Formats: sequence, structure tokens, C-alpha cells
Amino acid sequence: MNAWASEQRSRTGERAFRSLCLFAVLVPLALLGALLFDVALDGLGRIDLDFLRNYPSRKAERAGLLPSLVGTVYLISLTALLAVPLGAGAAVYLEEYGGRTRLSKLVEVNIANLAGVPSVIYGLLGLGIFVRTCGMGRSLLAGACTLALLILPIIIIASREALRNVPKDLRDACYGLGATKWQTTRQVVLPLALPGILTGSILAVSRAIGETAPLIVVGASTYITFLPDGPMSPFSALPIQIFNWVSRPNEAFLENASAGIIVLLVTMLSINAAALVLRARLQARIG
Amino acid sequence: MSSSKPETNIERASASKDMDARVRRASIKGSSRSIGESVIEKCLAASGAASILVTLGIIYTLSAETIAFFAEVSFAEFLLDTEWTPLFSTKHFGIWPLVSGTLITSVAAIAFALPFGLLSAIYLCEYATPKARLFLKPALEVLAGVPTIVYGFFALIVVTPWLQAFVPDLAGFNALAPGLVIGIMITPMIASLSEDALYAVPNTLREASYGLGADKVTTILRVVVPAARSGITASVLLAISRAVGETMIVAIAAGQRPTMTIDPRESVQTMTAFIVQVSMGDTPAGTLEYRTIFAVGSALFLLTFCINLLSQRIARSKYEGVA
Amino acid sequence: MTTSNQSEDVQSGIHIRDLNAGFGDNQVLKNISLDIPPQSVTAVIGPSGCGKSTMVRCLNRMHELVGSAWVNGSVKLGEDDIYGSNVDPVLLRRTVGMVFQKPNPFPHLSIRDNVLSGLKLTGRLVASKADEIVERALVDAALWDEVKDRLDDAGRGLSGGQQQRLCIARSLAVSPDVLLMDEPCSALDPIATAKIEDLIRQLKERYAIVIVTHNMQQAARASDMTAFLLMGELVEFTSTSRLFTQPDDQRTEDYITGKFG
Repeated sequence: MNAWASEQRSRTGERAFRSLCLFAVLVPLALLGALLFDVALDGLGRIDLDFLRNYPSRKAERAGLLPSLVGTVYLISLTALLAVPLGAGAAVYLEEYGGRTRLSKLVEVNIANLAGVPSVIYGLLGLGIFVRTCGMGRSLLAGACTLALLILPIIIIASREALRNVPKDLRDACYGLGATKWQTTRQVVLPLALPGILTGSILAVSRAIGETAPLIVVGASTYITFLPDGPMSPFSALPIQIFNWVSRPNEAFLENASAGIIVLLVTMLSINAAALVLRARLQARIG
Repeated sequence: MSSSKPETNIERASASKDMDARVRRASIKGSSRSIGESVIEKCLAASGAASILVTLGIIYTLSAETIAFFAEVSFAEFLLDTEWTPLFSTKHFGIWPLVSGTLITSVAAIAFALPFGLLSAIYLCEYATPKARLFLKPALEVLAGVPTIVYGFFALIVVTPWLQAFVPDLAGFNALAPGLVIGIMITPMIASLSEDALYAVPNTLREASYGLGADKVTTILRVVVPAARSGITASVLLAISRAVGETMIVAIAAGQRPTMTIDPRESVQTMTAFIVQVSMGDTPAGTLEYRTIFAVGSALFLLTFCINLLSQRIARSKYEGVA
Repeated sequence: MTTSNQSEDVQSGIHIRDLNAGFGDNQVLKNISLDIPPQSVTAVIGPSGCGKSTMVRCLNRMHELVGSAWVNGSVKLGEDDIYGSNVDPVLLRRTVGMVFQKPNPFPHLSIRDNVLSGLKLTGRLVASKADEIVERALVDAALWDEVKDRLDDAGRGLSGGQQQRLCIARSLAVSPDVLLMDEPCSALDPIATAKIEDLIRQLKERYAIVIVTHNMQQAARASDMTAFLLMGELVEFTSTSRLFTQPDDQRTEDYITGKFG
């Protein structure tokens, strides 16, 4: 009887602990759900064609997203153009040409550390080097260069992973046939690693869309009434506009902020989904 | 069964090809590298050097302005003064209020993320079915992917009013709400890395514990978790580093008043939020006020760098208790 | 040893003299010297770890691709020492081909493109000759009949034995003089193995073939000469029939009668 009782006790304790752990998983998810629900409630009604087409205004009902939306598109395109070739190239060099020297180990540690540097520090880097030293001023180009450096470590890490997943014996087959290292890399390794490299790059760029702090430090405009007309133009971006609206104590502006958040999240979600679809397609092609 | 040898043009062609091959064979001397290949390799090497240049760039940018800062402000004042008012008419340059703001919010974040993250990791590793894991893991990753501006909005508009309902004297801008929200954001970091650490604990340890008559809860809490403690600790340190470096959530919801306090209900300002605040204003380059953001940035960089280094060291040490 | 009935005997085989090789502090090969005859099959046998693979990888300079690897000694292909100062290992490997233990066709290429890959990779493919090259290589590798109707299918859809013959076709398509095979059948079933052994017997008319194997029966069936390596040293090198019936060295006899290894 005694043994049976203690077994009951242990099973109840067991179930309680298990429930506690499940609770721990679900609570953050529930809070996220509450966040999204609240944003949707406040913001969905506000979204209409005018919201997307208007310029910012001191009157909340007339304010719109256009310059920041366009700014984000230009910014991200430029960032991707800079970061992806540089990151993929670095990954190819480190993985295929680098070898196991102390220098390459140092570089690997360095990249891991860069991935952990706060984004606002990248903003300071951009301010010092691009805005001032290179004389770009508070321009779209300076913002893009800064974001490119921010996501560079992520692209390098993801690309190296993709390159590592290409089996070693395929490289051996190439060398056995008398191919040079670049011939092997370009014709066998890169095509096979491409899905992983692309997916990693797209996910990194999608993260850049949501970055605010480095852009503020580099000098993105929080109130801008014209569209960027070139890489040296002043610019704004979606998260910056949202930040501007959140900082106003007006209810109506908060509604704008919610709507802006919805646009931002939908954009990010679409890009991430596109990345996954692209990866599935490419993967099927090379098996 | 031997395959047939075709007596065709092909065989004759192949015989002559063999002759070509033999004549060609003389050229194993020479070089296979074209100019194009050398150029490509140099370009790739330059890309490879990029990451080093970025680190050097960060160190240079921060150092140059910080050194200029300390030409005007003494080191002692930076470290010993208890007020931070560089933008007021009476200027004080003590870093501690900002550090205290950063610490309070980070502590609040970890206070949420550590239990929730670790218990989530335990659930995912020890209890979840493969199907549940397939759904829950990516779901948790989504938490990490939400832009911080969205979390900042959440902290100010939803969490603060909600907390005000049962926390007395909670200011409109405070450290508790953003701290909590940062905690939500970093929970997946702890959950995911700790789950890896728990998963890496060999099953033989669990079986040994069961064999001695311990139940599952005891096994988990007293055998598996301690065995995984270096991985878990490393993940917590990384999460702390992330919390320390977080900017937008605190910039929106924590306030702009640098205060030295241990009360999370008050309005505070973190190192990161200060940098953003000054950047939004019209501070001309070359002034002392401009240099303050670099000085604070240096402190922030050193802080996160040390935490990351510690985390890597701890992650490398093998977990105890295994032969 | 078969006598060559080519009128121009440019090939005189491979001459290895005092070959030492290893990784870092670990010396794997000790003073190996032997002459591999042209137009024949030479088998290299010995217990695990004796250095067979390393020796064969020294013949196409793939051993040195590993970071800590080192080699010294001379290996002459005809008149040229492949370790000579003005020899490019990449060019060497276009003359000395290799087939690996695990079949490794390129998964993203069709059967046709796999065969042509040696020429395409190195930029030597003449497009007008492509079909001819594909057919000849697949015929020589005894794979043509099985795949001639599906040349554009993916290379990875074949059975293990077919994949290995595809790899052989790929190596043959670049017209090497020597074909090195590092345990080519160890990942295959007995029927596939038998097919490849048949193939080897036919190929020896035009190539010098060196085959590493841990399977003594395979060495006895498929080769003309056999080299027995033990702990990095060449113990005995003689005609296959002699090595397996009347070996000179006691260690050889112990190995082939199964006393160790």
C-alpha cells in the first residue's frame, strides 16, 4: 500500500512537471500571439491604398508610408547587391581555399564574434567610416553599406554551411579528373551549394528589413517628404517611419504605427516564404 | 559474359585518339593555372579578408573618437561620477547610470528567459513527440525573427498598461516592460541552444539514473541538466549579450532619463538607447557630445565582447560527469 | 605480362624509386621501389593500414592534397618524374586517372554530362565530338547497352555497380594512360563486382591499371602482377600466379593463408 501511494505521488509530480515545461513553451508563443492580435486589431482597419501612397504628414489621417516603403525597397536591393557576392565570395575562399591554418581559424572566430556585435555598433561604424570618412553623408548608400556589413557574418556562416554540405568525395572526383580548384568550385561545388547559399542570403536580407537602430545612427530621416532619387539621396525606411509614429503620444499615430507594422511583417513573411519556395525548387533540381 | 567490342569507326577513332593522348601526355609539365584563375583567386581572397577589415573598422572607429573623448573627459570621471548629463548645461560624464539602465533591463529579461527557455528546452528534448517538435521548434524561432521595433511597440502599448494593472507605481516609461519583452525575444536562444546541449547528453547517463530507481523528473533535474550545464550556461551568456545590445525595445519603452536605480519600475536609459537618442538629434561631428556616443559605444562593445568570449570559453569545456 | 603490339611504345610504365610518404609525424610508406608495367593490371594488397591507398594516391599526387601530408622519392611516368619541379599535378591527373571506393558520380548532372565532365571541367570539350566521346567511353566501361536510351537522366538514379561503371567511363573519357582504382568494388555486390572485374581485364589492353584491393581472391582473379605491402614496406612484387602459389617471403605466405590481416 505504501509503495503504491508513493508511486501515485511521483506520477502526479511527474505530470505536473511536464505540464510546467509545456506551459513554458506555450507562454512566449501565446504572448507573441497576443502581440500580433493587438497589432492586427489596431492596424488592419487603417490600411488602404492611400496609406501606402501618401507621404508623412502632421495629420495622422493623411500620413502615409510611401517614402519609407520605397526607401526600404531601394535600401534592401542595394544591401543585397553589396552583401551577397561579398559574403558568398568570402565563404568560398574560406571553405575551399583557406585550409586549416591558424589564420583561417582566427577568421572563423572573428566572424562568429562579429555575428554577436550589437547592431547599434554597426551603426557607429557606418557613421564613422561611410558617412564621415568616405564622405557619403546621410545617404542611401551609407545606409546600405552599413546594413551590408551587419548581415555579412550571417551570410558567410550560412554559405559556409552550404559549402560544407557538398560531399568531399565529389571534390575528389574533380581533382582526380585533373580539374583545377576554381574549375571544381565553379562547376561542381557552387551549383550544389547554391540553394543553401541563396536561402541563407535571402533570410539575412529579410532580417535587414527590420533593422532600425543602425539606420538611425547613420542618419536616416525620420520625416521625409520626397522619394530617394539616387544612392546619395537622404532616405527613410519602414521601421524608421514606424518608430517615428510610435514616439508620438497621439492615438491616431499609434494606429498608423500598427498599420505600418502589419505592412512590415507581411513584407518579411513574403520574402521568407519566397526563400523557402526557392530552396525547395532548387533542391529538387539537383537532388 | 564479356561485352562485345564493336568493330566500327568508333574503335578505329578511339585507337587514333589514344595516339593523340600519348603525344599530349608530354605536357604534364607547365601550368594549368590561367591568368583568369589567378585573378579570381585574388578576388576571393579579398572577400575573405573583408571580415577582418570589418573588425578593424569597428575598433578604429570606436577608438579614434573615444580617445578624443578622453582628451576632454577624465577617465576617473567616466568611471566614478554617478550622473550622466552630457546634453545638459551642467555636464556630468559618469557612465554608471547608463550601465545601470542596461543591467536592470537585462536582468529583467533573463529573469523571464532563463526559466522559460530552460523549461522549454527540457520539454522539447525530453517530452515532446517528434511531431510536436517539428511544429514547436520553428514556432519558437519565429519569436527571434520578429523585428525589435515591433517588440518595442508591444512593450510600450500593451505590456506597460497591462503591468500597470497590478504593479503599483509603475511609470509610463519603465525598465520592467521592455525587460520582459526582451526576455520573450531571447527565450528561443536559450531554448534552442540548451536543447542542443541536453540532446548531446548521452542516453547512458539517463539509463544509469533510471537503473538506480530515480524517476524522470529527478533524472532530468539532477542528472541531465547538470551534465549539460556548460552548454546551457553558454546559451544564457549569449542571451545576456543579446539583451545588453538590444536597442529599439528600450529606446521606445524604457525612457530617456539616465538614472542609477535598482527599481525596475522607474524610467531609465540604457547605453544603446542613449546612442540612438543623440543620433536623432542634430549633434555636429567633432563636438564632445558627438564623441560621447562613441565612448558609450566602446563600453558597450567591450561589455558584449567579454560576455561572448566567456560564452565561447564555457561552451568549449566539455560537460562534467562523463567518463 | 602481355607484350604490347603497339608500334609506338611511348609508355614504359611507372617507375617508383625510394618512395617515402606520410602525414605529419606518421610515416606511412617506407622506401617503396617497384616498376609497374604498361598494358597490364597490377594489384596492391595488404592488411588495413599498410599504406596501399597512400601509395596509389602518390601516383597521381592526390596524397599531397591533405594539409599535413608529405612525400619524397621519385615516381617516373615514362621519362618524366611526376615530382619534378616543373610538373603541374593538375595536368598530371589528366593523364593518371582515378576511380574511388565509393562511386561518386555528380548528382546534378545527367549520365551524358557525367561522362563528359572530365573534359568540360577542364575546358577541353570539343562540342562536335561530344556524342562520339560519350558513346565510346560508355562502351569501354561496359555500360552503354544499359543506359543508351536514357543518357539525359540523372547520374544518381543508377544502381551502385552502374554508378561505378559510370565513374570509370568518366575517367576513360579523358584518355588517360594510367587508371588507378582504390578498392573500386568494396561498396558493391558480388554481381556488380564480377562485371567490373571483367571490365578491368578488357581495359588492360590499353591502359596500365593499378588496383588496390583488400580482397585477395579479387587480386588473384583480375591482375597480372601483385604487390604485397605490409606496414608501409613493399614485401614482395611478382606475377600474380607466383605470389599466390609460391611466394618468396614468409610474411606473404602468412598473409595469403590468412594467418593475419
